[in-house]
Amino acid sequence: MKFGILVNEGPYQHQASDSAYQFARAALEKGHEVTRVFFYHDGVYNGTSYSVPPLDDRQVTKQWSELAKEHDVDLVLCVAACQRRGMMDDGEAERHGKGANNVAEGFRISGLGQLIETGIQSDRLVTFGD
Amino acid sequence: MGDMNEGGSTKKFLYLNRKAPYGTVYALESLEVVLIAAAFEQDVSLAFIDDGVYQIIQGQDTTGIGMKNFSPTFNALGDYDINKLYVEKESLDERGLTEDDLMPLVYEDEDDDWAEKPSIRVVSRAEMADLMQDQDVILSF
Repeated sequence: MKFGILVNEGPYQHQASDSAYQFARAALEKGHEVTRVFFYHDGVYNGTSYSVPPLDDRQVTKQWSELAKEHDVDLVLCVAACQRRGMMDDGEAERHGKGANNVAEGFRISGLGQLIETGIQSDRLVTFGD
Repeated sequence: MGDMNEGGSTKKFLYLNRKAPYGTVYALESLEVVLIAAAFEQDVSLAFIDDGVYQIIQGQDTTGIGMKNFSPTFNALGDYDINKLYVEKESLDERGLTEDDLMPLVYEDEDDDWAEKPSIRVVSRAEMADLMQDQDVILSF
């Protein structure tokens, strides 16, 4: 089955991202496909490369980056949500005159259309958040 | 946008609004998804349950809280061919609200000489459950 995933909450504050990650891992291990994870609302903070959590805690962003690398999962951060919250790739940073790229490996910034497309193309779209 | 809608399939999308319009950003950002979704020519419905019913009450005034009052945007949905807004009756009842407290949202029916018709349909909790059962994709905010 083709799964799309929507993550609506930031890391650490809320368990949504952890649950989504564990769901994605479990689905892939069962032989399903996870086509895309779309991060919206504060969920875009899951893609920051500037997160340095304590070493004895789970590394939320790093886990997603590794998942993307291992299974070719498309991790998409909503551009409108990113602009409100200070998440920038090189293009966005240049466009808005900001200094740095803070999007972690395996993530990319794109539009809300990618979420709708995931809904159209997946067998199931599963939402994680309040 | 043609290549985004691979295969040209149409699905039934329901945007489920459960939260008050202010206090958190969910309602505003949900509406932003709905406006984008309109470009994809899918079968779009909106549902309002729980505190979500407050999103479409009349006479919203946010001057005291320094937030943008985005409720006028709901008036534009009809122009985007989004004209199925389901409101759960029990959620209204539980909050002391009636249909008269809601914005008079309308659309122009192109199949009926552009007659102006109400977009809002108040349904029971049981009908809301059937509506959800009937969807392909539910996005809950």
